[in-house]
This record gives sequence, structure tokens and C-alpha cells, in this order.
Amino acid sequence: MSSSLLKVSALHKSYATPVLRGVDLEIKRGEVHALLGANGAGKTTLCNIICGLTPADSGQLSLRDNPYQPGSIRDAEAAGISIVMQELNLVDKLTVAENLYFGAFPGHHGLIDYNRLNADAEIVLRDMGLDELDPGLPVERLGVGQKQLLEIARALIRPCRLLILDEPSAALTDLEIERLFARIRALKSTGTSVIYISHRIHEIERIADRVSVLRDGRTVSTTAVSDVSPDDLVRLMAGEVPLATHFRGNRTTRSLAMSVRGLSTPGLLQNIDLDIYHGEVLGLAGLVGAGRTELLRALFGADPTSSGSVMLGPNRNAVSIRSPRDAVTHGIGMIPEDRKQQGLLLQQSVKLNSSLVALRKFRRPGGRISDAEEQRAVEMICDNLDIDCVDTSQTARELSGGNQQKVSIARWLLGTFSILLFDEPSRGVDIQTKTMIYGLLDKLAAKGMAIVIVSSESRELNEICDRIAVLSNGQLTAAFEQGEWSPEKIMTASFSAHLDQGVA
Amino acid sequence: MLMDHFRKIMAREYVGLSIALLVLVLFFGLQSQYFFSVLTFTTLANQMPALLVIAVGMTFVLIVAGIDLSVGSVMALCGAVLGVMMTQMGLSLWLAAAICLLTGLGCGLFNGLVVSRWGVPSFIVTLGMLEIARGGAYLVTDSQTLYIGSVLEVISTPLTGINLSPAWFAAVSVVVVAQWVLSKTVFGRYAIAVGSNEEAVRLSGIDVAKIKLAVFALAGVLAGLGGLFHVAYLQSADPNAGIGLELSAIAAVVIGGTSLSGGRGSVVNTFLGVLIIAVLQTGLAQIGASEPSKRVITGLVIIMAVIIDVYRNRPGGVGQYLRRVFSRS
Repeated sequence: MSSSLLKVSALHKSYATPVLRGVDLEIKRGEVHALLGANGAGKTTLCNIICGLTPADSGQLSLRDNPYQPGSIRDAEAAGISIVMQELNLVDKLTVAENLYFGAFPGHHGLIDYNRLNADAEIVLRDMGLDELDPGLPVERLGVGQKQLLEIARALIRPCRLLILDEPSAALTDLEIERLFARIRALKSTGTSVIYISHRIHEIERIADRVSVLRDGRTVSTTAVSDVSPDDLVRLMAGEVPLATHFRGNRTTRSLAMSVRGLSTPGLLQNIDLDIYHGEVLGLAGLVGAGRTELLRALFGADPTSSGSVMLGPNRNAVSIRSPRDAVTHGIGMIPEDRKQQGLLLQQSVKLNSSLVALRKFRRPGGRISDAEEQRAVEMICDNLDIDCVDTSQTARELSGGNQQKVSIARWLLGTFSILLFDEPSRGVDIQTKTMIYGLLDKLAAKGMAIVIVSSESRELNEICDRIAVLSNGQLTAAFEQGEWSPEKIMTASFSAHLDQGVA
Repeated sequence: MLMDHFRKIMAREYVGLSIALLVLVLFFGLQSQYFFSVLTFTTLANQMPALLVIAVGMTFVLIVAGIDLSVGSVMALCGAVLGVMMTQMGLSLWLAAAICLLTGLGCGLFNGLVVSRWGVPSFIVTLGMLEIARGGAYLVTDSQTLYIGSVLEVISTPLTGINLSPAWFAAVSVVVVAQWVLSKTVFGRYAIAVGSNEEAVRLSGIDVAKIKLAVFALAGVLAGLGGLFHVAYLQSADPNAGIGLELSAIAAVVIGGTSLSGGRGSVVNTFLGVLIIAVLQTGLAQIGASEPSKRVITGLVIIMAVIIDVYRNRPGGVGQYLRRVFSRS
């Protein structure tokens, strides 16, 4: 029998675009294997395939030298593979013990044997280092870190050969991390393997035996942790090949559109200073959870800020933006990332969706909407953006992702805005729409609009931005002018707030 | 050309409701020799105004994905205030009527403020208001029915020749204006938008709280108007008036195809819903159905109407297909 537990070779998977383009991975028995990669490198997709949540397009998986093709998460569990995802899946109103054994309560005839349940739970909790937790406590009374550890404990109730942890430490305190590491070491000693996904390189150095780096859907390196330095890892994630730079001539002279000083939000953003100029596209880079979306929402007044000042225009007029309505009044628009939840009114027509922001423009005395003017304006914007719909009365739900995104944009273009905040402009859209959106942003900036985009794709940032600012762990860690940035510099800045922690 | 026109008409939702109403009228007409009499229709029409205006308010509330359980009690409170103002304080009809409507407005504003500023679910707030207003009605009338007399009679007396009362015309005018507001004005559009996706509307820079406040205030004023009609009809202010009226109003609105989850609705269809309920009640009584069996049948009709509506509007459902076929020009 070989020492290999799970072998993944030449795994491919495409959604709208290829996500995995040949991933190889070998997990040995009893090893902690860290998985590292930038946003969109394919870590989550890879884990989903291993857990049977989604099938691969091609490639082989083998478990203990036998072919392994999980059709569902149950297949994976039966094979001894458990996953703990980033989102918590606990039932708040139930007790700790009930959550642990949910779906497999001890007892008979539909009655739960609470004595046994709580006794079993106590053992599981002790193993996890959660001795202080009362099994009868409702989960809603637990802290986030305790919940996270509980989730991990639950995954370990079934016999487990391979445990996959996706960013387990994001919500943990230092003490809780020690407990987690102790549990992982105990698992190792019994021969269980762990796949550990984390952005925190210093943790990987402490707990992992080997580390694999994914980049653009490929495994670019697998080495023993002791053989690589943090800098090497960052370089591996970013890639050596410089991106083709895409210069555009100096646009207009820089005129300040918005200036932010000392912006903080409760919980995440710390002391952000940022200047946004007319006629340029500013990109916000950073890891998932670094605070990019939160920054956009704070600028737009969608979430409360705890401190900071905002000034508009070249004369730096101080303004207070406390609601999206204030922002819109000051000529600031925002297109949110989650267009289905926060952008579109899915059950409503293309027309209603497109004219929502600018509706007052079509207002006649008495509050009446001028039907003809509205119709004309909506048809024109549909034409301009090449929105593919039967007619403007078609509901937004029936449109493709790309056309839905165009409708989200149309809403703001019908109004008069000088600053546009755009979260993930090309998320879930086809390639034609993507190209169209890039061209549109370019045109809008050339006309003097100030545009801020958040993107998880470094290619996208590189292609459309005049300037890139990087967020890491709620802090603005770097800002690059056109020509100054490289994937490696952006990656280093993205990790910088996490690396600092490692020194402590 | 004619065919296109026909298709466009068939695509409208009110066509189905009108057909249902016609079927009911024909059915009762054939079953009971008394149904097709002028008297039936006059009675029907003259009993409707209070329920009709309250159902109009309810339509707006459901469109913004809220619910207002307090309308029946608020109607009783407004009627009671009207009675007290006229009988005990000796105020003029106009002043008393204005205070009656303001009382409704006050209740509606309270509902709206608590819902929009504190984010309390409207079900809870208006359930509280249901008790508050009912208690208020008992308090101001000292739990007695106040006899007002013929001062308000003119509102509810059928006009000679057409057999319809001024109250009925007023209520139908409310329907017409409300439909216009809903489908043609910025406010109506915002209300539909808020009911479809509140967060998206907020992120479009629209003051969602203001829209909701206005909608609940409107429902309150219309409950006040309903109170006025009710008092005029009975010639007295009864603190027990309108118990369970909120449910009849919701039933009428839902039969009219307005979605309980918000974002979709029509005042004209609510009007048809009120008519269907009224015809059903009167018709069943005339063919000799007992009160209990009337209620059973009405209940079944409500459920049926919603089931049909769910099927019509399911994505890829028959209704969507039909609508697309018929609306293609």
C-alpha cells in the first residue's frame, strides 16, 4: 500500500470560462497539505469536486489507489472526506449538542436520548478543545470563533480520512487557532489528512507539511513547507510573466472628484485615505474579504462608517454621505456585485429596471411619468448598450447574465453621474459583454467620469485601470500608478497586512 | 389588426377576473329568480363603498410587500370619532368628516413610521394597531352605538333614476385615481419597485422609508373614508364595526391577483375582486345557502384564486406563455 491517500491528476473544469485547466495534487496519509492561490485560482472549485459538490469535466481522482468519482457530498462522506466551508451552517436556535449530531440523533422511536446526546457531545467538544462549552447551550450564544470550531468538530464526528478546511482561521482568535492546530496535530497522529486553505502564510508555515500553489487553474508548485519562503510563495501565486501592459495616453489633466480621509467602518476598514480623479479608472485589488466591497459601500453611504471625512470636487467641499440617497444627490452611483439580490428587480421589466434611478427626469407636473419620454430613453440606452431583449417589457429574470449586467449599468447611465463605483464589472458575464463593458468604462472615463472598480481578476485590473489601490485586511496597503504595478507587487500588497501579523 | 387588438386585451389580467365575475352572475341568475333584479344590484353596489376603498389601500400595502391588519379597527375608530364629533361636540359635517379622515391618517402614519423607521414587520405593527384602534373606538363611544340620524344619509342614499349612491361614485372615483397613481406616477412606480426588491431600490438612491410611510398613511386615510361611508350607511357609529374586515379586504385584493410577496398588483383588479366577493355573498344568500356554508364557499374561492394566480405567474407556466403569445404584436 502506498503512502498516498488522494490523487488528483489533470483535472479540468469550466463554467462560463475555464476555472481548472489541469490541476494535479497528491495528498499523503497523515499530512497537512496547504492550498494557496489568489482569488479565482481554483481552490474552491477543486475542493467542491473532491467533495462531490460538482463534477469535473475531465481528469482523474483516485482514493487509496482506487478510482474515486463522488456523485454527491454523501458519496464523499461515505469515502471519509469531510469539508468545512467558510460560511457557517449551524442552526442558531438549537443547542451545541443538537447541532453536532443533527440528522443522526441518538435514541429510538423518534425520541431523542438527551443524556446520551449530551454525553457524546461532551467528548467531541473535549477533543476540539472546547471543554468549557455546555452541550446544552443554544448556538446563538456562541462567539464566531467557537461556532467555527464547532463546525469543524461536527465534520469530525464521522470517521474521517481527509478533512478539508476552507479558511478556517479567518474568524478565530489566537487562542482558538492554537486549539484548532492542536486538533489538527491530533488528527495527523491518527493518520488523517488535512487540506488547509488559507491566505495566512505564517499559519501555513506553522501547521502544514507541504504546500501547493494554484494559479489560473493549474498547480504551479508542490513543495515541503520548510523548502519555501513566504516571498517565494507570493511570487508563485502571482506568476513570473508580466502582464501585457495596456497604456492609454494621458487623459485630461487630473481633477479631483472625491477625496476620502481616515475612513473606518465598524469591524473592518481602518483609516482609509483615497483620492479619486475625474477621467480615470481606479481599481481596487485585494483578497476576498479584504474590504474592497465594504469600501465601495461605505463611499456610497450604503453602510455606516465609524469615522472619516469625504470631500467632493477639486475644491474639496466637505460633504456628508450617510445614505445611498445622499450619494446619488451628489452624483455618485454604485453597481453592486450581487446583481440579483442588490441590483435588479428580477420580476420587473427591463424598462422599470433601467429607468429606476433617473425616473424623476421623466416626471411631469402632478407626478405623472411621461411614458413616451421614458420609453424613448430606455430604448435608446438598450440600443447603445446592445441589450438583447424581446422588448423593454421583458422581465429582467429572463435575460442572460451579460444582459442583466448591462441593465444594471443602464440604470446609472440614464442619470447624470460623475462618479461611478462598480463592484466586479464582469462577474458572471460572457466574453462579448466583458469586452463591451471594458470599452464602455474606457469611454466614460474619457468623458471625464471618475470610475472605481473592484475586481478579483488581475487581468481585468491591468487591462482597464489607470491606477490600482490594494486593500489587505481592511487597510489600504499600496497604490500604483500606470506602469508601476506588477502582479507580484499587487500580490505582496494584498498579503502584507496578513504577513505583518505573522511576525507578532 | 382586429386580431392584434383582441390579443392585447386577452393578455390583460382583468379579463380573466371579468369572465369569472360574469360566470358567477350568470350562475346565480339562473339559480335564483330574484337575482336579476334591480334591487339586488343596488343593494350590492351600496354596501360596497367601505370595503372597496379599504381594499384599494390594502392593494398599495401588499404591493410594497407589507400587510395592514388594522384597517377594520381603524375604520371603526374613525367612524366612532365622527359620531362623537357630530353628536356630542356638535361639529359641522365637514369639520367632523375632516377629523374622521385625519384620525385614519394618524393611525396610518403611526403604522408607517414604526414599519419604516424601526424596521418592525408590518404584520406585528398593524396587529398592535388592530387592538389599539378597536380599544380606542370603545373608549370614545363608551362602548355604545351612537345614533347619528339622517345628516349623513345623503351620502349613502341611492340617487333616483340610477339607483347608485354618492358614496358608490366616490369609491369608484377612488379606484380610478388610485389606479392612475399606481400605474402612471413616480410614486406608484416606486411602490412597485420597493415591493420587488427593497435593497436594490435603496441602493438606487430612493428613500424607501418615505415610500412605505406614504403607503401606510394612504391605507389609514382610506380606512377613515371607509368609516365615513360605513357610518353614513348605518346612520350610526358602531364601535364593533368592521371586525374581520381586514381579511375581506385582503381576500379581495388577493383574488384580484395582487401578490402577497409584493411588486405586483392592480387597483382595477382589486375592484373586480371586491365585486366577486360581493356577488358571491349576495348570490349564495339568495339561493338559500346558510351563513356557515357561505363562509366555507368563500374560503374555497379565495384559495382557488390564489392557486390559479400562482400557476399563471410561475416562470415558464401557462400564464407566462399565454401572456407572451397574446402580447406579441
